[in-house]
Amino acid sequence: MSSVHLKNIVKRFGSFTAVHPTDLEIPEGHFVTLLGPSGCGKTTNLRMIAGLLDPTEGEILIGGRRVNEVPIHKRNLGIVFQNYALFPHKTVAQNVAFGLHYRDVPKSEIPGKVAAALELVQLPDVGERYPKALSGGQQQRIALARAIVTEPDVLLLDEPLSALDANLREDMRVELKRIQDKIGVTTVFVTHDQSEALAMSDKIVVMSAGRVEQMGTPEEVYNTPASEFVANFLGASNILDATCRDVSGGTAQLEAPLFGAFGVPAAKAGGVSPGPARMVLRAEKLLIQPPGTTAEGQVQAEARIETVDYQGQTVRYFLRVGDTQLQAINMIDERPFEEGAAVTAGFRPQDCAALPVEAPR
Amino acid sequence: MSVEAREARQPWILLSPALSAVALLLFVPLLFIVVYSFWLRTSTGADQVGFYLDNWQEALTDAFYRDILLNTLKIAGITTLVCAVMGYPSAYFIARSRGNKAMLLLLLMLPFWISYIIRTMSWINILGVSGALNSLLLSIGLIGEPIQMLYNEVTVILGLVHFLLPFMVLNIFVSLDGIDTTLEDAATSLGATRWQAFLQVTLPLSLPGLAAGGLLCFVLGAGTYITPLVLGGPTDAMFANLVFEAIITQLNWPLGSALSLMLLAVLAVLVGIYNRYLGMAQLMKGLG
Repeated sequence: MSSVHLKNIVKRFGSFTAVHPTDLEIPEGHFVTLLGPSGCGKTTNLRMIAGLLDPTEGEILIGGRRVNEVPIHKRNLGIVFQNYALFPHKTVAQNVAFGLHYRDVPKSEIPGKVAAALELVQLPDVGERYPKALSGGQQQRIALARAIVTEPDVLLLDEPLSALDANLREDMRVELKRIQDKIGVTTVFVTHDQSEALAMSDKIVVMSAGRVEQMGTPEEVYNTPASEFVANFLGASNILDATCRDVSGGTAQLEAPLFGAFGVPAAKAGGVSPGPARMVLRAEKLLIQPPGTTAEGQVQAEARIETVDYQGQTVRYFLRVGDTQLQAINMIDERPFEEGAAVTAGFRPQDCAALPVEAPR
Repeated sequence: MSVEAREARQPWILLSPALSAVALLLFVPLLFIVVYSFWLRTSTGADQVGFYLDNWQEALTDAFYRDILLNTLKIAGITTLVCAVMGYPSAYFIARSRGNKAMLLLLLMLPFWISYIIRTMSWINILGVSGALNSLLLSIGLIGEPIQMLYNEVTVILGLVHFLLPFMVLNIFVSLDGIDTTLEDAATSLGATRWQAFLQVTLPLSLPGLAAGGLLCFVLGAGTYITPLVLGGPTDAMFANLVFEAIITQLNWPLGSALSLMLLAVLAVLVGIYNRYLGMAQLMKGLG
């Protein structure tokens, strides 16, 4: 097990910069997710850690040791690829044993280690089968067993769940996290799926256009987004223009055209100073209530429901407040409001976050 | 007519032009050949119709035919081996190149635009006594007088390799191109060097293409008569030359028929062995 450090790493392909200067430290034993849309550089970073790509600038340290010049087969990594990359001409047991043959493992110990790895992924009886005889989820588990049986210093997961069906994906998510907890290996997980990232990670690194937007625990990046990109990428957010009147005593006083004045905890308004600002309100924090409802501690505005997107457990409303469209995701209590209904939309100020106005990019 | 009956008939209707062509141009002539092989050529030069086993007895027992058959298989075998060794790296290079794959494949097909006979004869201009190579060696003073480089077994194999290499490259390419490159990445991530990953993963997965290319080269090589005719010496005749000799020169159709069926049988056995272990589907993939 080892820490991973990307030190001022840059990757350019010709004139295209895939990864802008990035400094990223992944502590030993942590489960860190690189999250972002396709083309944000997350896979490029993973491939540089793996040794499948060379960084244009900067250093890669694994366990404190510079590995830029170390070829992939000497980095002692476990990689799970998006398409599993199981060897189709080898049995499951031969697939899992593959890496052991290149390490100083006595031949007599290999079957035991293979069996233990298959046990760990809960597929003890498929050793003699060929990969194509297994389902997608099973192949995924075998790919994981093959990657961890060699006791790698770092486990790299390249969108390993994206090829699975929705239900299976959620099961595998739990399974993957259980196995990672059990063996405690430093893990770098690449995904574009925010729910995977939120559910599994110790730390999330949100990336966009080759840059790190924010690094933090799942709660930090969800509740206190550092940029509008992060606020939009994780969950649904309403981002509105506001004015900051004052920051003092742990509270930032905001004034928004539709909702009036209210105070946001300064911890959720990092970098905001008096003047123009942006308020970020999660869709599930905007509560839709019958018209005229007054609730203690709520900032409210009158609204009209434009669209109702019924989702069973929850409902997603698009509503109009003044000339602005907002979205709200609420639990359904009895029955949802109907389209065209007049309602009161409200939120608690402490559920709101504020961002400085970003320079256009 | 029921829908099922109509649907069952449709493939046969669509296939009928091709099936008629195969029947008329392949099976009927082949049947003639089989019938001819049991006729007998008399000393007057006329064919005697009947059921005689004399041609078959001569073809199967005469050591002359056996030696030439073995020599033919040897030359086809060496040609196939040379094509495999030369073709594999080229196919690998094309399969792994980015972007210009189509261009490289086009270059590979380019020789097919020139007649095989012309391509074979081009070696006379290169290796002949007054050919390019001799002229070059003479002009730089490396030799005093021209060397006879043509008309031996080596030039026959050279000509066959020239003819058959693209078939080998294409077959191996198709196989390699279908192999997911992340398999090699996976192998190296597990501790194998690039070379070990190739030997453990890529090579075994490409064997069907290699075998298909090998079969094609062997069958086409063993059946050739133009290359030994143009580039071989008097002692380099291959089996198809005997058939040519019997039928065209001696007008002995019965013996020529027996000989050609003999070669056909030997090659059919090889194709059968291949089909038993690898299946024809792979060969079709390489041809298409």
